[in-house]
Amino acid sequence: MMLADALRARPSGFDETFALIDGLDDALIHGLARIDEERAAALESIAAAFTGSPLAGRVADSIGKIVAGTVTDEHLAVLAGARSALTGALHDALLTPLDEALGRVREPWAAPAAPPPAGQLLAGGRSWLRELAIAGWRGVDHELAGGGAQAVQALLADPAGRRAAVLLDGFGAELRSAAPVATLDRVPVRRWADLWSRAVLLTQDTFPAPETTPADGRLLLLGVDLHEHPTVFRAQAHGLLETPGGQVRLVRAGVAAAKVDTISGPSAWRMLAAFPVFRAALAEKRAVEVTGMPLTSTGDLLWDETRAVPGEPVDPFAVARVRLGGVTAASTAPLDRHPAVIAEPVLLEGWTAGPESFELGGVTLAVDTDRLPEAGPLTPALVAAATACIGLLRWDAGRWAVQPLAVQSVVRKKPVVAHTGDWALGPTDAKAAKAEAAAGTAVDVLRERAGRLLRK
Amino acid sequence: MTSEGVAYERRSAAPVIAPVRPRKLAKVPFVELAEGRLQGVVSSGSDVERVYVSSITSGDHGLSCNTNNNRPCGGLGGGTYACNHLRALADAAVAQYGLDRVSRYLKATLPDDSDNLWAGLHTTTAPNRAAEVFSGFLRHLAYLEVPPTSDPLPELHWFPAAGAVR
Repeated sequence: MMLADALRARPSGFDETFALIDGLDDALIHGLARIDEERAAALESIAAAFTGSPLAGRVADSIGKIVAGTVTDEHLAVLAGARSALTGALHDALLTPLDEALGRVREPWAAPAAPPPAGQLLAGGRSWLRELAIAGWRGVDHELAGGGAQAVQALLADPAGRRAAVLLDGFGAELRSAAPVATLDRVPVRRWADLWSRAVLLTQDTFPAPETTPADGRLLLLGVDLHEHPTVFRAQAHGLLETPGGQVRLVRAGVAAAKVDTISGPSAWRMLAAFPVFRAALAEKRAVEVTGMPLTSTGDLLWDETRAVPGEPVDPFAVARVRLGGVTAASTAPLDRHPAVIAEPVLLEGWTAGPESFELGGVTLAVDTDRLPEAGPLTPALVAAATACIGLLRWDAGRWAVQPLAVQSVVRKKPVVAHTGDWALGPTDAKAAKAEAAAGTAVDVLRERAGRLLRK
Repeated sequence: MTSEGVAYERRSAAPVIAPVRPRKLAKVPFVELAEGRLQGVVSSGSDVERVYVSSITSGDHGLSCNTNNNRPCGGLGGGTYACNHLRALADAAVAQYGLDRVSRYLKATLPDDSDNLWAGLHTTTAPNRAAEVFSGFLRHLAYLEVPPTSDPLPELHWFPAAGAVR
């Protein structure tokens, strides 16, 4: 199977599955306290879709109770679980043909999940999520939008609560910026339903943590993906781990820092000062020798600077050309599966440039220009002039798109190479460096203010 | 192509929050549009230990300005004529969010072609909210003390880093 065929393929049952999800999502617009006949029918068709599955009884029971007006945490957890099963099926249906086309070996999910940490802190988050579901997005006012703040503060104070805290805080910030939602022109229906249902699952006391094993080998970086919301900045590298046993594994390694909204763009890298090896490896394109670094069953290296030693420079394009084909990749954790978490590294060459797209073997692959961060040097113009691209294949809004992580381009007849991580140690471009120096003082000002005012 | 509206409603990565614009923080370290107010913190020009906590309510344009020790600002003096702290706060908000977003949030109707926010504000007095706003500022600062993490955080795929306005 060629890549173009995988990108063109529309798995059977795909549209029908999304129609079920859309029905659930639409019920959250006006809230579960006001379910009209049309919404009730949409929810009941979800229950019908689970007939014959192990979840059938619980889904039918919970949806029946919700439609009848009893909205408890337990029923909402089942509703979110049902949605997650549907998005999981879509995820698998998209990824399987892609793996086949890329020659990527996907390890089956076998790892027993580690027992969850104690979760007394999660109840506050759950009750806010229940209030949101009952009120619906259109019922979110200033007070309800801010209702998760205490839960976030409690979760942030506990490292085991970080994942839930980061999600709830990003979701809450969006609701606060949109409140009162009743007067909003358009509501991001799928997005908020995604965030809400993921948060409901994450705030269950039984949500499993992935298991880890110590990993050794040489890590060759392909590129870095940058993530941000008002209170977090995260650099997530994608790379290949050459193990002493001769295996080549596709892995990720990410580091995240808490921040505030006024710290953004290239100066956000300053918040990752605790990770000099990681940043230098990105900026200088160096291999990294890792020893005994924890690797999760989902293919995530839990980055530890004391277990990483920078090595010689290695060109990510050479790595992608020589080693990316036939690589072994980990499976997504069952409850994490969703089309939006697909981010498969690929090397693309030999396309015909279209408007913000690559024409590739008869398929138009959109370039996701919304994912070209200000914290790196990639621009739409550089991508438009590219002849080779390392990127992440993503699926959203009904189509595949590529998010460039690095490009080889020709600008004014000269070859130019740009990677998202080029500015990990500060911008290399004079104009951007000047702007970063000015914006970077924001970090210093806030640290000074924190030093004077916080412990009074 | 589907219409823009439908695509937005059915996009997992639909953008919701417009990125804030970079601005100097020395004078006004904190500003937000929240709880129905433009509110924030203005550093005192004379005392590094002191800040002024200022706010303007949406709709009524009620002004409030007090120190972090809850003393009323001498410049505002409980009146309806904005002190320098409130003016600095409004300037910072316009720099950070743009005039359109600030005037919409405050429900200020600016005269045609005016770029002066104050021309659209019919100011009144408002109750003192300094304690709430100041504790919000301390929570804001506390983020800088949260340790970094290497947790995989899979949900961040929904939050791409802010794109450049090039």
